[in-house]
Amino acid sequence: MRRVLSPVPIAVICVLLALIALLAYGLAQNEPDRGVDEALARGEREPAPALELPRLGGGGSASLADYRGRVVVLNFWASWCEPCKDESPLLERWHRRMRDRGGTVLGVDMLDVTDSAQQFIAEYGLTYPMLKDRDGEGLERFGVVQYPETFVIDRQGRIAAVQRGPVDEEFMQSSVAPLLERS
Amino acid sequence: MRRTVLALAALALAVSPGAAAARDCPRTTLGDIEDEVMCPVCGTPLGLASEAPQAQDERAYIQQLIHRCKSKDEVKQALVAEYGENVLALPGDQGDDDLGDVLVYVIPALGIALAAAGIAFAVVRWRRPEAKGRALAGADGARLDDDMERYDL
Repeated sequence: MRRVLSPVPIAVICVLLALIALLAYGLAQNEPDRGVDEALARGEREPAPALELPRLGGGGSASLADYRGRVVVLNFWASWCEPCKDESPLLERWHRRMRDRGGTVLGVDMLDVTDSAQQFIAEYGLTYPMLKDRDGEGLERFGVVQYPETFVIDRQGRIAAVQRGPVDEEFMQSSVAPLLERS
Repeated sequence: MRRTVLALAALALAVSPGAAAARDCPRTTLGDIEDEVMCPVCGTPLGLASEAPQAQDERAYIQQLIHRCKSKDEVKQALVAEYGENVLALPGDQGDDDLGDVLVYVIPALGIALAAAGIAFAVVRWRRPEAKGRALAGADGARLDDDMERYDL
């Protein structure tokens, strides 16, 4: 005898499948974009995403395009981020080394209280330009998921290197110094 | 004498500008706010993000604002100025996603209604076969009795 499945189990299965699909979609949405890392692994340089943010502490806004023709060490940081404290003196040293050779460090303070960020800047004597990523727009565009992260952008506006986590002297020597020589 | 001095000291404190300001302060508490705002880095309401450094920083900022006599709405506005609209956790607070604000209430209600209907249906189905089974057993039993009578030698 042919047994017809009642509509209730069918509905339950459909609801379960819908929930599983929703969960999978949510997980996929939270997956960080690793296109830059993959391109670098293939030896390719992707154009850096457009980024325009207000300057930290006021004074209008600045965009990455303003720095075209210079080597930019784009550093995403926050005052509450412990590893950011370790790398800041190194970034400041490199900024001073780079600024007369067509390069700059560009800090992006992300998801942070402005007063705390300014205290941090004063404490570590940071002189490089700073932008404020109030709502994480820059983080999303660059696929930043951990703090700090640094992107090295060449004079043509392409991402030449990326460091997920704090930078060190070795990274700066191997990823930034060669770009400064090619002016 | 000592009581008089204490009473005078209490009176002096009560009429001082600081005390007046404290009396005028809205009763804003951290606990009241942290359920209604997000820890943007953690992606959870601030109340659930206990140890994250960004959450601790955000709490310290809220405490600062409370000490400056800011009301709950003023604290929320200050948080939006620092972290953007995504810091607001309550549906309706962000103001630009009306459909999302409605759905966030409708979907759970729909889910509860469907679950209740499913449970009710399952209970009815669970009870019915048992009753049907008893009825069949009764009919079978009667037929058996008839047969037994017919073949009774």
